[in-house]
Amino acid sequence: MELNKINDYTWEIPKTGDMKVPALIYTSAKLLESVRRDMTLKQAKNVACLRGIQRKSYVMPDAHQGYGFPIGGVAAFDMDDGIISPGGVGYDINCGVRLLRTDYTEKDIHERRTQLLAEIFREVPAGVGKGGITRLSRNVLLDVCTKGAEWAVENGYGTREDLQRTEESGRMKGADPSHLSSRAVERGIPQLGTLGAGNHFLEIQKVSEIYDERVSRVFGIQPVGQVLVMIHCGSRGLGHQVASDYIRLMENKFGTRGLPDRELINAPIRSQLGQQYYKSMSAAVNYAFANRQMIAHWVRDVFAKVMGSSEGMNQVYDVCHNVAKFEKHRIDGKDKEVCIHRKGATRSFGPGREEIPEVYRSVGQPVIIPGSMGTASYILVGTSEAEELSFGSTAHGAGRVMSRHEALRRFRGEQIKQDMERRGIELKSTSWKGVAEEASQAYKDVDEVVNVSHKAGIGKLVAKVTPVAVMKG
Amino acid sequence: MERYRFLRHTADAKFQAFGTTLEEAFVNAALATASLMWDWDKIEKKIERRIQVSGKDLKQLLSSFLEEIIYLLDSKMFLLASPENLRIEKKGSLYVLKALFKGDQYSDKYKVHGDVKAITYNEMEIEKNTHFMVQVVVDV
Repeated sequence: MELNKINDYTWEIPKTGDMKVPALIYTSAKLLESVRRDMTLKQAKNVACLRGIQRKSYVMPDAHQGYGFPIGGVAAFDMDDGIISPGGVGYDINCGVRLLRTDYTEKDIHERRTQLLAEIFREVPAGVGKGGITRLSRNVLLDVCTKGAEWAVENGYGTREDLQRTEESGRMKGADPSHLSSRAVERGIPQLGTLGAGNHFLEIQKVSEIYDERVSRVFGIQPVGQVLVMIHCGSRGLGHQVASDYIRLMENKFGTRGLPDRELINAPIRSQLGQQYYKSMSAAVNYAFANRQMIAHWVRDVFAKVMGSSEGMNQVYDVCHNVAKFEKHRIDGKDKEVCIHRKGATRSFGPGREEIPEVYRSVGQPVIIPGSMGTASYILVGTSEAEELSFGSTAHGAGRVMSRHEALRRFRGEQIKQDMERRGIELKSTSWKGVAEEASQAYKDVDEVVNVSHKAGIGKLVAKVTPVAVMKG
Repeated sequence: MERYRFLRHTADAKFQAFGTTLEEAFVNAALATASLMWDWDKIEKKIERRIQVSGKDLKQLLSSFLEEIIYLLDSKMFLLASPENLRIEKKGSLYVLKALFKGDQYSDKYKVHGDVKAITYNEMEIEKNTHFMVQVVVDV
């Protein structure tokens, strides 16, 4: 495929054929090699052909092949002529990351880290087939989907301050769960407050390097050695069902003819079906916010029990990785509302944006980028440049390079656990097979991913954190 | 004939399932999907569930059919051991699939080792040559 190198961190697929705009890839020569091997670039081109797309079809540094849109794909659409697509959000709606800070250092918890991990493992339901703590009624579930993390706080999980430090304040206002199918509700009821499986995890980490003293202080991430807790999970079966339901409804309504890929099915934003998808997707986003809110609460409980106190365990931030939203961006010199899709991408708003919490408004929003199992994760800060470069978006993780099947063939879960323990990292999982599938060798090098983000200017490095104890779903 | 085979895919699981009839290929696709989450040959056939799904074309039918497995796991904790009496019929403009799912309720004696989030249309193929082959990528 024809690619024009713009600079060391940016490549362009020029506009050809049915493309309405060019595609822009934030990557490095090294990362580009793996991106070229799968369907990522073709998928970015397909997105560039969709109706009403604005500026460019963007690809983030951790991108890999998805279905319809690539994972790591960002695209914004005109509110009147544009589309909304379930394949542009992904199946795990509001898969995201929450970060808690603590007043503890690694030394403080060293003796008790095994106990901390064991207690968290007991308190937070994880793995497949493990239900949540309570059997909810249908009405309560609908309430969760309407109010999001607010529902959780009202019911004793966490504090109002947590809400302020959550994207969308933990609640998408446009949510309307009356458009959820009964199947989505049935799948959601037993799974509220569960971590799930696959790449989802909960990690006790330590700050290992600080790149930006001023910003890290504003985020409450200080000093080196400080203990943090990262929670990575999403909307579970409820969100997956919303995606499947609306792909089918849109197919039946609009047909699949002319689509280069059936997963690119979409609806005009202003159409009834487009609106219903947006409202249902928002309900799933809220479910995921509530989910992480509950899990964060249990983590604090465990720290209180094991360490004697959970004081100072404030939330740094909670970000969405898979979402579509209406946002204002400057396009052709004018402020314009667009429907932005971030699929495997993190919002990366810089200073001044009203969407970000007041405490961070002078520096930009925290961007939380989890690495793969056993490797470093990073805290970045959003930039004003990113709004110009990528509609305020950057990477969301390491991004896979190897299939789960291949990983299973090559790695043993038990061996990975031993290797991690030799490096001083505790690991607990519901499944050895799951551990092998998530081997860090199956992922891109997260250090390289965040370096590209930093150099391209779409999210600047603040701190590096490394795992102390890992719970894998 | 082998029932199914997994192929290379960066992020997700991709398989081909085979059969001398379309029905048999669908049955094997169900087993391939189940194999990503549990060992279907170790699940007792204690519970029976009748299922019926429809689709406007065979791909939609296949996707709806396989989705039934994850729906039953998430909502009813049902583990599929064997799809039986599977029939596919064309009724007007719709394809209709009926089958009897035999399996068991999840309990501690079973190991669920993986998660399937959704069935996708990505690279989905339904082919007939000397036998039937269906290819599916599932989001895991």
